Amino acid sequence: MDLPFEVVDLPPADPPDVGEQAPDFERPLVGREYWEDTSLSELTEEGPVVLVFHSMDGAFPATYVWNEVRDRRWLDSDDYELVGLSISTPYEHKDLLESRGVDARLFSDPANGVAEKYGIVNDLDGMHGVSEPRPAVFALDEERVVQYAWVAGEWPEFPDYDEVGEALDDL
Amino acid sequence: MSDPDITLYRLQACPFCERVVRVLDEYDLDYRSRFIEPMHGDRDVVKRLTGKRTVPAIVDESTGITMSESANIVTYLDRTYGPESEGPSEEAS
Repeated sequence: MDLPFEVVDLPPADPPDVGEQAPDFERPLVGREYWEDTSLSELTEEGPVVLVFHSMDGAFPATYVWNEVRDRRWLDSDDYELVGLSISTPYEHKDLLESRGVDARLFSDPANGVAEKYGIVNDLDGMHGVSEPRPAVFALDEERVVQYAWVAGEWPEFPDYDEVGEALDDL
Repeated sequence: MSDPDITLYRLQACPFCERVVRVLDEYDLDYRSRFIEPMHGDRDVVKRLTGKRTVPAIVDESTGITMSESANIVTYLDRTYGPESEGPSEEAS
């Protein structure tokens, strides 16, 4: 975006780097029909996983990211599974899947503990007591080793989708 | 983590579902919970399994049983896993 003023910089994050193993976690994983406690490692045992942290469902960055993921057909690949994560509840995730028309699965983490583990907490100004992950994308192999990582440094900031796409092609 | 044999399809805060959970816990059974939609029309997964859109519904792979209605499920759990039962493996042998 080209704006005639400075965009807010986020403080430094401390995410797992490429080559490091990403932290495991277990949270309700929401699909179109039900949700069920699932760990990240259960997913990576099946193959590479692309973990997309996004703003709470309904915020425009969440809408934009899922439109892009859908339009780039990143949910259709057999080489990896792309899953989302936000602080929204399973009920809100259901609505997002329906309103974006995507057949994906999303982790629900209202207490934001996963973002803490990943060193990417974004305390929301003007929403006292509410924090969420800053936007981030991690491409993980079967051992949860990070193959590609992107974490927002500004608020708002969107991933370089072409760059992400190239990383996904390598999975 | 190994997959439990029992899958419980449940609705958050549904008393009939909690009734089943209480019995599962009482018999110390390992189970997974799958939470479904409050809206009846959106409950395709249970409809496919049991022919009805009601919860609770249970699938027990160790016995091949799929059923709904909490009273039926409780009776089934009592008979299969309760103190008077001989357990699913003994029944099968």
